[in-house]
Amino acid sequence: MMTMNEFRSLFHNGLVKQNTGLVQLLGLCPLLAISNNIINALSLGLATTLVMAASSGAVSSVRNFVPNEIRIPVFVLIIAALVTVIDLLMNAFVHPLYLVLGIFIPLITTNCIVLARADAFASKNRPLHSVVDAVAMGLGLTMVLVVLGGIRELAGQGTLLSGIDLVFGEEAKQFVLHVLPDYQGFLLAILPPGAFIALGLLIAVNNWQKARAERRVHAAAPMPA
Amino acid sequence: MTSPIQFALKNALRTGTILFVFALFGTAMLAFTHDRTEPTITRSQQAEKLALINQVLPAALYDNDLLASQQSVLPDDLLGTRQPSARWIARRGDAVTAVVLEAIAPDGYSGDIALLIGIGIDGNVTGVRVTAHRETPGLGDYIDRAKSAWIDQFADKSLTNPAPKHWKVAKDGGAFDARAGATITPRAVVKAVRNALDYFARHRAAFVAPPPAKEKIA
Repeated sequence: MMTMNEFRSLFHNGLVKQNTGLVQLLGLCPLLAISNNIINALSLGLATTLVMAASSGAVSSVRNFVPNEIRIPVFVLIIAALVTVIDLLMNAFVHPLYLVLGIFIPLITTNCIVLARADAFASKNRPLHSVVDAVAMGLGLTMVLVVLGGIRELAGQGTLLSGIDLVFGEEAKQFVLHVLPDYQGFLLAILPPGAFIALGLLIAVNNWQKARAERRVHAAAPMPA
Repeated sequence: MTSPIQFALKNALRTGTILFVFALFGTAMLAFTHDRTEPTITRSQQAEKLALINQVLPAALYDNDLLASQQSVLPDDLLGTRQPSARWIARRGDAVTAVVLEAIAPDGYSGDIALLIGIGIDGNVTGVRVTAHRETPGLGDYIDRAKSAWIDQFADKSLTNPAPKHWKVAKDGGAFDARAGATITPRAVVKAVRNALDYFARHRAAFVAPPPAKEKIA
């Protein structure tokens, strides 16, 4: 079992302190490839979270049987097998979504954050903690992806939630928000360089806020005599 | 007493066995999932293919099993194909009513544009769809039906309508409009559709041939 405090600290770690997108800067490959709109970003983020939860749980359960020297090959094997299984299951049971995300699902295997959490956390902690850590890390990544996707989609084509019909069917098209009507589009934001620039801005904002918070803590603490 | 060599060998054997067990387990898991999902995946892929074909071919034009009518086509310059492609023959009763061709526009702005082109037996286009492309998002990608209705203007066109010299984009003095700033992409598509019509005209006799006996039952 885990205490409420442990649970909270794991989530704080994943969402804020060690956020994979803004702090650890791991897994940038899918981050940049798919964050051109909110729906893509959210879908891939949740798929990655699912893979991370499954792989961390699996790695943690077998951690006592895996000798240290072959742990990386074994973890890679577990992750690759799980991703392939999820790929097949999605192809079979949520086919329309698979058509959108299909080419990115195998990419999750190459997302180093999955292996990083398996090696750094799951191989040393109990299954429940590992799964919670993976979910927190995955949601942290999803959060950054969605914000990035929103910025790029808004700047690039003046809409939000475009492509929602690919996930929820043709009727969902009415949920697409045309925030800036008759928008001419801004190509840079949609292309990969736009992802780098937007991510750079997000990291800058994050660092600035952190620095400000630290200054406040210092100011509040009494000065040593 | 065990020598260092013996110890190393023993250790290698142990880790090797563990790795082998994990590989075996992983393979078994994949084989099991593949086995369980394959029929569903094949079904949805076929439904997807049929849905795509239905976009270029009105349902009223055929009553045969389209997917079963698939034939292989050798690479052909007019189709722009460098590898064998597929075609589907639509029939009503025994009469061939239309054919659906896979074609490639090789001269897009960023490489190949894959097309699916439906052509009625009278030589009129029943529909065109872009199935794969790498044109610039927001600029050349309006050839994609998901982005704009541009591609619909090919419906009911034929080699004589518009006249051959007007089978170009408007900027080149032709009958097909294209958006300013992105003419290379539509130019490639217009050319590919015209070539496919040309291909059809040359091979028309082969398409109208009576269906093979075994398909008649279906």
